[in-house]
Amino acid sequence: MLKKRLIPVLILRDGMVVQSVQFKHTNVIHWKPLTAVDFFNRWAVDEIVVLDVTRNQNSREKFLDIVLGLSKKCFVPLAVGGWVGSLDEVLRLLRLGADKVVINTEVVRQPDLITECASVVGSQCVVVSIDVRSHGEGRYEVYIDRGTEATGLSPVDWSKEAQKKGAGEIFLNCIDRDGFRQGYDTVLLRNVVDAVDIPIIAMGGVFTWQHLVDGIVKGGAEAVAAANIFHYTEHSTKKAKEYMRQAGIDVR
Amino acid sequence: MIAVIDYGSGNLRSVVNAFEALNQRPVVTNNPSDVAKASAIVLPGVGAFGECMESLKHLNLVEPLNEAVLGQKKPYLGICLGLQLLGEESFEQGVHKGLGWIRGRVKPILPNHKKFRIPHMGWNDVSFKETCPLFQGMNEAPVFYFVHSYQLSVEEKEDDIITATCWHGTTVTASVQKENIFAVQFHPEKSQENGIKLLDNFVKIL
Repeated sequence: MLKKRLIPVLILRDGMVVQSVQFKHTNVIHWKPLTAVDFFNRWAVDEIVVLDVTRNQNSREKFLDIVLGLSKKCFVPLAVGGWVGSLDEVLRLLRLGADKVVINTEVVRQPDLITECASVVGSQCVVVSIDVRSHGEGRYEVYIDRGTEATGLSPVDWSKEAQKKGAGEIFLNCIDRDGFRQGYDTVLLRNVVDAVDIPIIAMGGVFTWQHLVDGIVKGGAEAVAAANIFHYTEHSTKKAKEYMRQAGIDVR
Repeated sequence: MIAVIDYGSGNLRSVVNAFEALNQRPVVTNNPSDVAKASAIVLPGVGAFGECMESLKHLNLVEPLNEAVLGQKKPYLGICLGLQLLGEESFEQGVHKGLGWIRGRVKPILPNHKKFRIPHMGWNDVSFKETCPLFQGMNEAPVFYFVHSYQLSVEEKEDDIITATCWHGTTVTASVQKENIFAVQFHPEKSQENGIKLLDNFVKIL
């Protein structure tokens, strides 16, 4: 049987690992990305996601160098995102050693880009990332451009559309929860999980290992991701896995 | 020399990295003469079936591959799409002819329940035939990383070539072997220790 996945996310700004709190990235964690991946490799993670949240493209070459470096050390799947706006960029990242590419803003602006990429590199390579804000009373809205631009789209409708266009997976992040230590928004998660057939990766808000379990049991996610929490403790991903296993979740 | 076939769209670097971790020096190539010189051929793959077959034709690689693998019986290792391409045809985004080295067709994975999501993406345990050299020395039900929506459905008369399967709401072909032709649906280069072990077992055959 397919195992549920645990995915640490490295958020990079100007080539440095940063903390993310409601999509503000001010706090630099004193970890080089390559060191982080070395640890994750040894700590039984199932996949690694690396996102470039730099505000402009001035340090893009530095980021691409890091992707290349990471891929040499990473013997689990590596998904890379941030500033991906074309098939050419997707191909460039794959050549540098990414296994999947995470796309967000540009596919909202031009949804056919999903189809264009999927028809060349296959759906399984195309992870559509969806950033959501809650407006209360069960109303949710998709935001793009690092959480700055409202789109008027509902996460459920946009997920269905993304699947129809050929997305292989959805990386669902809740902006209000990001860095807020309250766990995933499992209502949002469940809405999206029930709307589509492709796997959903839950992201945003994890502060306890129980939050990971909730993402799978309550939210129905195929994979649970987190960033900040894995930087705090030694062997963190291993401990997370042990907790999940004891909670009865089939993990590797 | 191991030739890793570069058809333009896949992530070849991780396959090369994994062989390098085994002290091999694989050559990444799309040059037909390298295929002729190689002692073994690895065809990795992510990507779409039709696109990949078109690239192989466009690069004039189909005949050299046929000659090397079917003619000279050089060891071949197909990974993911490199397994599916062995079939006669695929129904991924239209109908496309494959290499046809194995009698079978590439069809969508059709699980018996909605909880089995497609793509089949992630780590799954594999049950294998002990006679297959690729799985030598592994524990029972080793776990490998899969990512695919289609699978090679081998024609019944030839289904003894299936050397491993896994379960995803239906039986999924995980590995095949026909003489010198080896292929796996999962990604050994992304499957940590088990994957490296499998590639090492392939290297030992050479």
